[in-house]
Amino acid sequence: MSQMTSYSYGTAMRAAFEYLLENYPEVFIIGQGLWSPWYVGNTMTELEKKFGKERVIDTPVSELACTGAAVGAGLSGMKPIVVHPRLDFMLYGLDAVVNQAAKWSHMFGGQASPNVTIRGIINRGGEQGAQHSQALHAWFAHIPGLRVVTPATVADARDLMIASVLSPSPVMFIDDRWLYDLEDELPPVQELDLATIGPARLRQGDDVTLIGSGYSTQLALEAADALADRGISADVVDLRVLNPFHPTEIVASVRRTGRLMVLDGGWRTCGMAGEVIASVTERVAPAEFKASPVRVTLPDAPAPTSRVLEAIYYPRLEDIVAAASILCAPGSA
Amino acid sequence: MEGQLPGVLADPTQLHEPIDLRGTTLEVLEPLTRGMVTIRIAERILAKAREDGLIGGPVHLGVGQEGVAVGVSALLRKTDRIFGAHRSHSHVLALGSSPRKLFAEILGKDTGLSRGMGGSMHLWDEPNGFMGSVPIVAGTVPLAVGAAHAERMKGTDNIGVSYLGDGACEEGAVHESMNLARMLNAPVIFVVENNLFSSHMFIDLRQPSNMTARFAEAHRIPFEIVDGNDVLAVKEASERLVAAARRGDGPGFLEAVTYRWYGHVDFREDIDVGVARSAKDVANWRARDPIGRLARAMAAAGFWSESDQQALEGEVRLALESDWEEALGDPYPEESALMDRVYSAGRTRG
Repeated sequence: MSQMTSYSYGTAMRAAFEYLLENYPEVFIIGQGLWSPWYVGNTMTELEKKFGKERVIDTPVSELACTGAAVGAGLSGMKPIVVHPRLDFMLYGLDAVVNQAAKWSHMFGGQASPNVTIRGIINRGGEQGAQHSQALHAWFAHIPGLRVVTPATVADARDLMIASVLSPSPVMFIDDRWLYDLEDELPPVQELDLATIGPARLRQGDDVTLIGSGYSTQLALEAADALADRGISADVVDLRVLNPFHPTEIVASVRRTGRLMVLDGGWRTCGMAGEVIASVTERVAPAEFKASPVRVTLPDAPAPTSRVLEAIYYPRLEDIVAAASILCAPGSA
Repeated sequence: MEGQLPGVLADPTQLHEPIDLRGTTLEVLEPLTRGMVTIRIAERILAKAREDGLIGGPVHLGVGQEGVAVGVSALLRKTDRIFGAHRSHSHVLALGSSPRKLFAEILGKDTGLSRGMGGSMHLWDEPNGFMGSVPIVAGTVPLAVGAAHAERMKGTDNIGVSYLGDGACEEGAVHESMNLARMLNAPVIFVVENNLFSSHMFIDLRQPSNMTARFAEAHRIPFEIVDGNDVLAVKEASERLVAAARRGDGPGFLEAVTYRWYGHVDFREDIDVGVARSAKDVANWRARDPIGRLARAMAAAGFWSESDQQALEGEVRLALESDWEEALGDPYPEESALMDRVYSAGRTRG
């Protein structure tokens, strides 16, 4: 325990890059804005000064070429990380992610796999609007062959990044700027096997199961605190890895609590919350539910810029607590 | 270089004469001939099998284009990183891939290059330097840049090769990739097989110039434009570009003008399907046959008689027909392959 040091989510990510660059000479990082502090927050500060501009490469405005080049480098024995400071801008690079990286192992008979990590940052709010705000994790989670990682805690920000880069499969790593100032103690580095990582229970409770990923997990933890004040104990499970998706931990929790609420920072239709609910209801008999499952998501609308519309666009803690209270009220089924 | 290609390269009525042997020897010429003949006959077997319904999926044949891959591959090593596209049978065979494994792959057999998971459009043979081919047009171009850059980071003098077509040059990925390659100084050669057609459509209807090397000039990448049906010209231009890339000068660009005798896909000639493609054009391009022009030059130089050529073709045909028969009898993948090959298990260690 004396090893514990306090970090923020952002500096924990930086610690992951530092660890990888120090210990694995085949790791390099490529993307736009990596030499500039305003692109990637506090997650990469001065890495190029410590490890050189050959290993931390700031690039032309070329999301597709940079993503594809990282895939090709991954096939050629390197462990590249390509960084997209805003997820929205990397949509030009989708061919390299969806058609190339994700398919490579399967279409070539398991004989080659690009161990590339594609980091897309969600950066919402602040009246930035529709093209600076998108949480598209559900899109990527739909693609077989692509592992999708959404760290919610300070330790996961570091250790799941390390596990992603050490994974032989391509990984879409999605972090959220709303988490960067989150602080926590950070134990020594663990080199985890990403293939064995599934949802994790962050809090134990008996009345309702709250599920989240990324920033939504932190909302779930805050909601659990508020619910505790109302005498409701919530089980909080963090998805951590969206694909491949293993619902066992969630199913066990719902069997115990009989109530399920999924929080998701993505849109409702065809989203991750719907997938979680479907996966649970396929496995848990209707009689075991004390109430119908509930999801709290973004409305199916692009992000607005106007502050009055933004205020109703993103799920707020009080709305989540109110919905959970109704879900847990006697006879709510 | 602005404007149209030197007319002679794109004009099907020209360049029918034997190629200039430039003082080379039989020792150099025989493997080039054998390489082109192997590709030609293998693709003829595939065309027939597709016509007969023995092959289920599409095959994109490059009959008539054999000189490009054979000329380029003469300079490549098994440790180089070569990427192809939808018309890549010639690319793998020119690198020395097993025709039996190519046939098995196209038949969807477990013994195939991609273990039966890829078919004609998804070929893999990394032991021979071939990193993969995919049908998304220009999809592998940035990958070749990254693989080449990785070799440079590792301190090897291996290079990347990106085979693409004139149609791929219309994709943004190519231009981003060329700019990135130049800025990274990545040792990658972009090899454009300019066969003047993309799917059904003639290049004049798709681009304001039929010379793709203009894009290399825009990105300050050294380029060569050659008659793709002259295997020696392709080889000599490749020698210069490959040597520059290996010594650290960064990317290169080779435009090889050629023509496919068949249509975009399968065994038909697609006359009148595309605009500006007539039976007369196809006949004229057949007269510019890269194999025939080399064979006639070798005969004229006294290296080779017509019967030597026929003997070589007969020997290659016999071996390939035997490969085809064996591949037909090979097993399909186990059903478990469908799910087992989606992810690589475990994790890598440095």
